[in-house]
Amino acid sequence: MRQAPAQRWFFQNVGFASAVLMFAVLYICYNMLHPRGFSSAVAIQNANEAAAIAFVAMAQTLPVLLGGLDLSVGAVMTLSNCVASVVVNGSPAEITFGALLTLLSGTAFGLMNGLIVVYGRIQPIVATLATGAVAMGFALLIRPKPGGDVDGDLGWALTNAVWDFADTYGFAGGGDAWWIRPFANIPMALVLVVVITAAVWIPFRRSVTGRTVYAIGSAEGAAYMSGLPIARAKIAAFTLGGFFAACGGLYLAIQTSSGNADIQQAGAYTLNSIAAVVLGGTSLLGGVGSVVGSLVGVGILRVISFYFRILDIDPLLQPLIEGLVLLGAVSIGAIRTIRVKNKLDLFR
Amino acid sequence: MTDIIVEYRGISKFFAGIRALENVDFACRAGSVHGILGENGAGKSTLIKIMSGVLQPDSGEIRLQGKPVSFAMPQAATDAGIVSMFQELSLIPDLSVADNISIARPPRRFGLIDRRAQMRRAEELLARIRCEDVDPNALVRELSLSRRQMVEIAKALGRDPKVLILDEATSALTTRDVQTVYDLLGELKAQGVASLFISHRMHEVDALCDTLSVFRNGQHIETFPKGAKTEREIVQLMIGRDVEAQFPPKPDRHPGQDLGEPVVRIQNLSWNNRLNGIDLSVRRGEIVGLGGLDGQGQKELLLALFGVLRDVEGEVTIGGVKGIPSSPAAAKIGATRLALVPEDRKTEGLMLGMPISDNLLASSFGRISRGPFIDPTLARKTVEEAIARLQIKAGSPADPVMTLSGGNQQKVVIAKWLMIDPDVILLNDPTRGIDVGTKQEIYRLMRDLANAGKAILFYSSDYAELIGCCDRASVLYGGRVVAEKRGDELTEESLVAASLNIDVEAA
Repeated sequence: MRQAPAQRWFFQNVGFASAVLMFAVLYICYNMLHPRGFSSAVAIQNANEAAAIAFVAMAQTLPVLLGGLDLSVGAVMTLSNCVASVVVNGSPAEITFGALLTLLSGTAFGLMNGLIVVYGRIQPIVATLATGAVAMGFALLIRPKPGGDVDGDLGWALTNAVWDFADTYGFAGGGDAWWIRPFANIPMALVLVVVITAAVWIPFRRSVTGRTVYAIGSAEGAAYMSGLPIARAKIAAFTLGGFFAACGGLYLAIQTSSGNADIQQAGAYTLNSIAAVVLGGTSLLGGVGSVVGSLVGVGILRVISFYFRILDIDPLLQPLIEGLVLLGAVSIGAIRTIRVKNKLDLFR
Repeated sequence: MTDIIVEYRGISKFFAGIRALENVDFACRAGSVHGILGENGAGKSTLIKIMSGVLQPDSGEIRLQGKPVSFAMPQAATDAGIVSMFQELSLIPDLSVADNISIARPPRRFGLIDRRAQMRRAEELLARIRCEDVDPNALVRELSLSRRQMVEIAKALGRDPKVLILDEATSALTTRDVQTVYDLLGELKAQGVASLFISHRMHEVDALCDTLSVFRNGQHIETFPKGAKTEREIVQLMIGRDVEAQFPPKPDRHPGQDLGEPVVRIQNLSWNNRLNGIDLSVRRGEIVGLGGLDGQGQKELLLALFGVLRDVEGEVTIGGVKGIPSSPAAAKIGATRLALVPEDRKTEGLMLGMPISDNLLASSFGRISRGPFIDPTLARKTVEEAIARLQIKAGSPADPVMTLSGGNQQKVVIAKWLMIDPDVILLNDPTRGIDVGTKQEIYRLMRDLANAGKAILFYSSDYAELIGCCDRASVLYGGRVVAEKRGDELTEESLVAASLNIDVEAA
C-alpha cells in the first residue's frame, strides 16, 4: 500500500497542488503576454500589489482551518494601517517602536477575538462580524480622514528590490556584496511575505498548538477525547490571525505612506481573503489546508486582475470574469461529494 | 495477584433522571484481562466513560491504586495511566498516522514537534502490533476501518497504560489482527497492566478474559473468574428478571397461514461492508423485528430501503416493483409508499425549533396544497386530526416541537409519516428514551396498523419489545441475518444467544 512520497504528497494535497499549477500557468502566460514580461520591474510591481492581501489571506486561513470564518480580518488590517500611519515615523528607533506597536495592535485585537469565541462561546462568524465593526470604529477614531506620515525611506526600501533595500540602509556594501548579489533583483514585498511565513507559520505548524488547530477543524470531538489543548489552540489561531492582519496593515501604510479607514476597502479585503483561502486548497469545513496555500490563492486572484491591464478587456467585464474563474476553481472541491455512500453524510 | 488497581465505590450516574449506573461497586486487578458483559444499555459504556474522565459520577468514589481520584477530563485520566479506546474512534482523519499516534505528547526538539522521532515512534509501535503495512505518513482518512482501529491501538499503546480500556476495540478487525490483539493483551498482562475488555463477541471474551463482570440495568450483578459459569448461566445473568411491559395481543395465526406475497422482498443486500448479504421479506399485516446488538447493520438496512445509501447491491422488490427508491422523496410517493421513523429524532426526525404543525406536515405538503400554495384550512384540519389520533399532548400546534416531552416528540415523528398513508413502515428503535406509557401506546398503534394491512419492519435494541410486538424477528450479526425466530422460539434467551452468535442449545 505504500506510495512513493511524491505521489502520496500529491494525493494528500490535491487542492494545493492544483492551485500551484494554476498559478504557475497563469503567471507564466501573463509574463509572456506582457511587453516587459519576466523583468524585475514587473515582478516588483506585482509583489507590491499582492503583499497586503497576502497577509490578510494568511490571517483568514487560521480561523478557516478551525472550521470558522473571520469577518474582521479586513477591519483589523485597516485598524493597523491607521495606527501605522500615526506612529511609523521619526528616528530609526521610533520607527522600529512604531512598527512593533502596529503589529501589537492587530495581535491584541486577534487575541480579543479568540477570547470572545472561546469564552463567550460565540460562533466565529458572528463574533468577528461584531468585532470587525469595532475595529473599523477605532480606525476611524485614529484617522477620520485619509492621510498620515509614514517614513519615506522605509517606503522606498520595502517596495523595491533587495538591492534598493540594502542601498537605502547602506549595508551589504550598499547591495553590492557578493552574498547578496543572487538576491539583488527579488522584490522586497516577496521577501517579507516569505520571511514572515517561514519565521511564524512553519514553527506554528510544527507545534502542538498548531497541530491542535488542524485537529479541531478535522474532528473536534476526537481532539477533545485525545486530550488536546482546544481552548489554547483556538485563542492562538485568532491571535496569530490578528498578527498577520497587522502585518498587512503595516505594509499597506508603508507602501502608501498613509492610512485610510475605508470601510469598503476593509470589506473587499475580507471577501478576497476568503476567496484566496479557498483557491489555495483550504477546506471551509476546516482541518485541511495551509497558509502557504492561501499565498498561492492570492497569487491566482491577483494575476487574474493583472490580465485586465495588458489585455484589452472592457473593465466592466472584470467582476464577471473574476467571478466565473473563482466559481470554476472552487467547484473542484465539490467533487468529493460524488464518493459519499451514505447521503446523510452530506448534511453532517 | 490481588493488587487492585481501580476501584469504584458506590458510583451512581443519572441522565435527566434516568439511571445509567446506580451504586456500583467494582474493582479490577493489575495483571488481569477483565471482561465486561451486559445488554445494550446495561451501563457498560457509562462505567468506562467515568473511568476515562469523559463523564463525572454524580456520587461515589473512584480509587486508583488505593488513592481517591477524580478526572475532570479525558486528559487527566490519560495522565494517570488510564488509557481508553472508544467505539467511536478518537483519531483525527486529516492528520497522518504518525501525527495521530503521538497526538497529545509528541516528541519535541527545541520546543517543536520532532517529525523524525515521531516517525520512528510510529514505526516502532506499528511494528509491535504487526502493522508494518500501515504507512505512518498516510492520512488516517485514507485507511480502512480495520487499519484505523489498529492505529487506535498503537496510539493507546504509546501512552504506557496502567489500565487499558478496550470498548468494542475488535469489532472491525480482521482475524489476523484479532490474534495480534490477543497476543498483545497477553504481553500487557504479564507486565502487570489491567485490561478492561468490552465486546459483544462471546467467544472473544471467552478466549481472552480471566475475569468477567456482568452488568444489568445500571447495576453490577456479579463478578466471577472465567469458567465459573456456563454461557447459558451468563446469558441468564445478563437478562435477569424484568417486569414485562404490556403488549397488545398478537393475532392468532396457525403455522403456514398464507398472508399473501411479501410486499418487501430483500435478497442478498450488501452495502459498503456493513451489510453483507441480507435476505428478508415482510408481508402485509406483519410486524417483523430486527434484533441483534447495536451496530450489526440494522440501521443501515432501514436506510438502504429508504433510499439514503448509495451503491447498494442486491435485489429488492417493493410492492412487486424491482429496485430501491432513489431517495426518501421518492420512497414516500408512488404505488407502495415507505415511511422511516429515524434513529435520532432530534436531528433526523424533527426540526426542533419549528412548530408542531409544520413538523407534522413536513412529509405531506403535497397532500394539503392547492397548486403551489398550502391550503391553511386543510392544513389545520389535518394537524388537528393527527394530534387527536395519536393523542399528542401539546399546548398549541404553533408551539415549537422542542417544548414537547420525548414521548410526544416521537409521536409527532410517527404521526408525520402516518399522514402519507404508508404501506411499509420502517421503525428504527422508536421507543428509545421515552416513557413506559407512550411506549405502550406505540405498541398498540403498531399492531393496529399491521391489522389494517401495513407491513412493519421494526428495529429495537430492547429484546422484550421484539418478543412482545413482533410476529417474527430476524437477528442480525455482522451485516447478515443469522437467525429467524418466530412463535415459541421468540424468547429473550434465544434472541440474546443469537445476537452473540452462539448456540445456547450446544453450550
